[in-house]
Amino acid sequence: MASHVKTSINNQAVEFLCETQESLLTVLRDRLQLTGTKEGCATGDCGACSVMLDDRLVCSCLVLGVEVQGKSIATVEGVAEADGLHLIQEKLLQHAALQCGICTPGIVVAAKALLEKNNNPSEREVRFWLAGNLCRCTGYDKIIRAVLDAATEMRGEAVS
Amino acid sequence: MSDDKQYQFIGTRSIRPDGFDKVTGRANYGADLSLPGMLHGKILRSPHAHARILSVDLSEALALDGVLAAVSAKDLPDQRAGADDAGEGQVDYEDLSNNILARHKVLYHGHAVAAVAAISESIALQALSKIKVDYQPLTPVINLMLAQRENSPLLHESMITQGIVSDDAKPSNIAKQAVISRGDIDKGFAEADIILERTYTAPAAHQGYIEPHACVVNHSLGNHSAGEQVDVWCSSQGHFMVRAYTAKILGLDVSEVKVTPAEIGGGFGGKTTVYLEPVAALLSRQAGRPVKMVMTREEVFRATGPGSESRVKVKIGVTKAGQFTAMDAEIDMNAGAFKGSPIMPAMMCIFTPYTCANMKVRGQDVVTNTPKAAAYRAPGAPQAHLAAECVINELALELAMDPIDLRLQNAVEEGCRTIYGPKFQAIGLKQVLEQAKQHPHYSAALTANQGRGVAAGFWFNIGLQSSATIHVSESGKVVVLTGNPDIGGSRASMALMAAETLGIPLSQIKPIVADTESVGYNDLTGGSRTTFATGWAVINAAKNLITDLKKRASKLWEVELDQVDWVDGQAVAPAALDKQPLSLSDLAAKAGFTGGPLTATASLNAKGAGPAFSVNIIDVEVDVETGKADVLRVTALQDVGKAIHPSYVEGQMQGGAVQGIGWALNEEYIFNDDGVLQNPGFLDYRIPLASDLPMIDTVIVEVANPAHPFGVRGVGEAPICAPMAAVTTAVNQAIGVDSGYRLTELPLNPPKILAAIDSE
Repeated sequence: MASHVKTSINNQAVEFLCETQESLLTVLRDRLQLTGTKEGCATGDCGACSVMLDDRLVCSCLVLGVEVQGKSIATVEGVAEADGLHLIQEKLLQHAALQCGICTPGIVVAAKALLEKNNNPSEREVRFWLAGNLCRCTGYDKIIRAVLDAATEMRGEAVS
Repeated sequence: MSDDKQYQFIGTRSIRPDGFDKVTGRANYGADLSLPGMLHGKILRSPHAHARILSVDLSEALALDGVLAAVSAKDLPDQRAGADDAGEGQVDYEDLSNNILARHKVLYHGHAVAAVAAISESIALQALSKIKVDYQPLTPVINLMLAQRENSPLLHESMITQGIVSDDAKPSNIAKQAVISRGDIDKGFAEADIILERTYTAPAAHQGYIEPHACVVNHSLGNHSAGEQVDVWCSSQGHFMVRAYTAKILGLDVSEVKVTPAEIGGGFGGKTTVYLEPVAALLSRQAGRPVKMVMTREEVFRATGPGSESRVKVKIGVTKAGQFTAMDAEIDMNAGAFKGSPIMPAMMCIFTPYTCANMKVRGQDVVTNTPKAAAYRAPGAPQAHLAAECVINELALELAMDPIDLRLQNAVEEGCRTIYGPKFQAIGLKQVLEQAKQHPHYSAALTANQGRGVAAGFWFNIGLQSSATIHVSESGKVVVLTGNPDIGGSRASMALMAAETLGIPLSQIKPIVADTESVGYNDLTGGSRTTFATGWAVINAAKNLITDLKKRASKLWEVELDQVDWVDGQAVAPAALDKQPLSLSDLAAKAGFTGGPLTATASLNAKGAGPAFSVNIIDVEVDVETGKADVLRVTALQDVGKAIHPSYVEGQMQGGAVQGIGWALNEEYIFNDDGVLQNPGFLDYRIPLASDLPMIDTVIVEVANPAHPFGVRGVGEAPICAPMAAVTTAVNQAIGVDSGYRLTELPLNPPKILAAIDSE
């Protein structure tokens, strides 16, 4: 039997019906057409489906749709601001930190979460924070540089 | 290093045109499309690695409420056996059809047997459980060793080894044997002071693209006089390939299939074939509604192509002065369930960096009850180079010679003939080796339990067929249509080459990946061909446009055509004629008065693909307590011809190095005795994580490819050719080489390294 869920997605009130066994990822993609959140594994191993659930970075494939009742979700679709891209998105593009781009939405959400907690991470901290986001194309080098560069700029230090 | 030519746009690090959509989640990949009335298709997969199919009964599945279609191999037309040419290599459509839906036998665990389409995924999954398949299980052969045993069970009971001239040849699991050679191998070994022979093995490893295979297919009868109409939206490395394969598998003409490319979420060779599209078309035809099919990650691991398991024996003879006198190899490669491992490219690549006069390479293509191997980035070359380069490093140790000096002394250069025929034009192996030797990394100090490996790699690169169309809007915007999926920034390189040729800013160019009916034919995105060959088509189309633009200017000015030149994005006439230059926008605005809309096309079968040579320097540190090897430092060097967009060139070098590192240290298909893959997920099939790696330093070497207008060589595949040998050498060095290189079986995971340490 379908459940009626009321939640907030990217600061907008959203209601949906879903089966109990449906993951938040399935709800986002198939019921709400928010396909920016990607499915790479559906087992919590790749991070392509990363979203914020209240203040926590989660794999949306490991959260049930019915669990988000009364909570607040932020997806990649809500990251860019009305006046343009978020700094982390700009930096990923400047550093050519994506090739195919399928992991990019997850990286954007995860890196933004990191920088909001810690705007002065070490390279090692960035690498471990993003260890749950698989990228098969880049070897991570340019992603790490983009995040570190974004952190520098966020702190108001010399812009590269 | 850089060539002397000065370019305005080429070589700059522009923002990719598709970047905004890809960082905001708006880009549509294979699984992102939905159509009204769409059904969900799922595939029933074999629970046996080897069995005869006695019967398939779909009736109970079809009877389930919400199920609108169910199909098996009986719904596919028979195919003629034998290989047909298909772009990069050959395809046997009978095998391809049997891989998509098994006919008489299932040949690996996870082999597709039947499929259903239903109004929801959950009903489709329920329907799969209602399909009754009667199997007669057979003993599986799951690796190279088992497949070649005397009296091994046969996958294909009538398969006779190709390439053997013998009257009494019996069927076997060896699909093909081949030999290439030059000189006199025995004489070569007789001249050697030192001869070293080693056998290196690598497991099957998956390409590991993050996006599972996915498609939406809508079948309709459309206009009857035009036949059937199959519309496909999917992620692939070549929508013209999907069109050709889907049409052939369904017994249709290519004109009856239209394929619209989705963005592709990684391929690395693994999306150069079809798995779902013909099945979705069958289901759609039966149901009369569009059908979406998306693989799970587990299906991707179980049923799509890994790179081949390999066993490579290498024997090299060298003089005390460091001259190679004989190079001999025997290469076995696991093709999986159907013939066609990359044995030939492996054989052709293995010793190609070297000039040695006496070479012999034997190869065997072996079938096993494992998923059909697919291309994986420089198919065959990484496994081959693993063995050859490690042996060369061990010889350098014995000679007390620097391993780069040993390579430099034997390195090929312009004019050298390859073992497979052609002579090299300008190539950059020696320059790349010199750069490696001078790099600070190469002379940096190492401490206890650390090791350094260096290795070289080679990949041919290919050209093949490409088309490009340009049309200019009334406002002067230049739309560049090509037909290769953008797998790693190719729109950016197309735009840069168009801008350079036309002399107009990048902001005026819009590169588009067009569907199969909106642009001429393009071979697939593979063989590192897209920037080289499709880029060349773009250059030629832009040149054709310039020819037309000059005609239009001559009309407007009422001057002879030969008075008009195209300089910096505008038509100019000699000063004496006193004509104001006409920009592309000016000419576009007046196109209606000078002959109608501005369009240009070009097609080619690109010859002269520039071979690529790469070198990696990799340091590791081994934890002697756990046996874990950590990668400390990586430097990837490569001759790229000309880097159109240096950032994306570096990205290829970095990504390829890391894939090789993963294959060397972690990645492995693990089968149990029943042939069931034990690690079909990213948790247990562990590709490298950000936390596993250091920064990947790159050195771009540019020795222009003389055949290409901008000197481009293919870039994408050579990066994975050297790292496996470099890592393996580094780990062996780190654990001590008093008794030679002890670790020869990849992956070099902690248990293996620990066992090697303990055996001291």
